[in-house]
Amino acid sequence: MAEIEIKNVAKNFGAYEALSDINLTIADQEFMVLLGASGCGKSTLLRIIAGLETASSGEVWIGGKRIDHLAPKDRGIAMVFQNYAVFPHLTVFENIGFGLRMKKLPNEVVRQRVEKVAELMHIEMLLSRYSGELSGGQRQRVAVARALAMEPDVILMDEPLSNLDALLRMEMRAELKGVLAESKTTAIYVTHDQVEAMSMADRISVMHQGKIIQADTPIQVYRNPSAKFVASFIGNPPMNFLPASRSGTKWSVAGAKFTGPETKIDILEFAVRPEDLKSADNGICATVKIVEPLGAHLLVTCTVEGHLFRVVMDSDTSLKTGQIITLAPQANRIRWFDPETALAL
Amino acid sequence: MSETSSNNGARPVGSGAKLVYVSSVVLLCAWVIVPIYFLLINTLSSPETVNSFPKSFFPEFDFGSLHFFAEFSGMITALKNSITVALLTMTMSILIGAPAGYALSRFDFVGKNLFRLLILLTRAFPLPLLALPLAVMFIQTGLDDTTFGLSLVHTTLAIPFSVLITFSLFSGIPLELEEAAWTLGCTRLSAFRKVVLPLILPGITASAIFAFVISWNEVFAAAVLTIENRTLTAFLLQNLGTSPLHLKFAGGFILVMPALIFIFAVRKYLFAMWGIANR
Ligand SMILES: Nc1ncnc2c1ncn2[C@@H]1O[C@H](COP(=O)(O)OP(=O)(O)OP(=O)(O)O)[C@@H](O)[C@H]1O
Ligand SMILES: [Mg+2]
Repeated sequence: MAEIEIKNVAKNFGAYEALSDINLTIADQEFMVLLGASGCGKSTLLRIIAGLETASSGEVWIGGKRIDHLAPKDRGIAMVFQNYAVFPHLTVFENIGFGLRMKKLPNEVVRQRVEKVAELMHIEMLLSRYSGELSGGQRQRVAVARALAMEPDVILMDEPLSNLDALLRMEMRAELKGVLAESKTTAIYVTHDQVEAMSMADRISVMHQGKIIQADTPIQVYRNPSAKFVASFIGNPPMNFLPASRSGTKWSVAGAKFTGPETKIDILEFAVRPEDLKSADNGICATVKIVEPLGAHLLVTCTVEGHLFRVVMDSDTSLKTGQIITLAPQANRIRWFDPETALAL
Repeated sequence: MSETSSNNGARPVGSGAKLVYVSSVVLLCAWVIVPIYFLLINTLSSPETVNSFPKSFFPEFDFGSLHFFAEFSGMITALKNSITVALLTMTMSILIGAPAGYALSRFDFVGKNLFRLLILLTRAFPLPLLALPLAVMFIQTGLDDTTFGLSLVHTTLAIPFSVLITFSLFSGIPLELEEAAWTLGCTRLSAFRKVVLPLILPGITASAIFAFVISWNEVFAAAVLTIENRTLTAFLLQNLGTSPLHLKFAGGFILVMPALIFIFAVRKYLFAMWGIANR
């Protein structure tokens, strides 16, 4: 049982507040992905859980035990470092087996486990090499293999696949997910890659400037972002926003009328995903600026009353720059945000 | 260097520059090698040849001078003392200097920069200024005229170097490697032993040898603080006026050799240490 609880954790580097008020519970065997822009504090949070950094305040619990006073080796974790940290004086074999040797396991067990994870990470032919003789991606896989070989309760991975080519990454993604599910490991996985986050996560925590904005299932984060930041961060291209003003019982958005939420506020922000729009006879009028064929779709960048507005359309649609199109959003996919608090309504 | 200049198509300028380059290299080498060569010739010649004129340019491989050197009363003791003091200095300066270097590179503490400055400042006081009060203190504590007492002084001289050298060596090893070891079941100490030490050992050796050479070459403190237990440098200095020429040559040669061999052995690390890329 390795449930992770992070209670009111904050971290300051001098005057700089790298993390503030982090509260997060990760269930046993859950696969939690931390997603956020560069510098938002993902690595710092992982390092606090690993015990490599001390939190300025707050508590970390693993499996019902408070562990923030324990040394890293006593926390039952393994970590994949963002910069790999593969030992240069040891062979790949000894690198992967390092933690097992520390546990004083018999040679035969060490060999079996090393070979197993090496095969999993497709580095079985590199076992006798030194890290200086590996490519970046190979080194990264050694780092992952080294953490997996520990068979820990909790595995912390800081962008473990960032240096692999798209194909290999897709393959590793699936294998990693499979192994961790099979070994019943609780995982925290940091990534920049939204596709990776969506496809692997049980839940995604979206971080922004040292805070967790939303922690929910991938589909919830995508469909029902709790804040404007999440809506504009998740999705490629992200959500479109337009100002909306009260007009009788309805809301007026760029000339079109929509049914909105009941609220005291008079100005709202209307949001819709680019793929939830269709050309229609009446709706939002948009001027086409750029047309980008992406193979499967057409990404159309327009302006609506001076606001940027993106639409994903069928690739057969023929459009010209300057053309005016009318777009109707799918009613159940419209979201509303309070412009003051930037939170969803 | 020469390749890039010849690739520019500026042949005449290139070869002129090359001439200057080559001749200055030759000159610099001669500057260092010629005296050492003469030292070698005279050491490996019989006492008669050394004292005669004209000099030969080739050694006759006669061990008379060296033999005389070995026989000279007190010389072997002085040599032993030198080695003892140098070894003690080497050990102590690493035992004290390496942990200090590690602390400087790995921990943030108040007054860290001041501490680094202070370490360098120990070299700011000329030894003659300190030697007299030191001698008095040593006599009071009974450390005077002992190899241990002298090696204490030499350690003080060598520590700034060993601290700064090991500091830069430790700084060159990413902290993440240690952190990885910690998460893989190591304590601070075992991570140091299993990860940092193997990576740093060659550098530590270099800095140890550096300390050895500093102690080996030091003459002032040795001359002031010892009387019976003189080191080789102090002993030769004492007998400089009275001893015959071939003894001086042999002594000089014995003094120069270890330093030369050691520096040659660790040149790679010295270059790395001083930021000169030699590859
Ligand atoms: N030791 C430190 N001293 C001062 N500031 C630090 C330190 N470590 C991290 N920071 C700052 O804390 C913030 C969060 O850093 P962190 O490494 O957690 O970012 P990250 O989310 O992992 O970014 P990336 O995706 O680029 O790896 C950054 O602004 C960084 O500059
Ligand atoms: Mg990071």
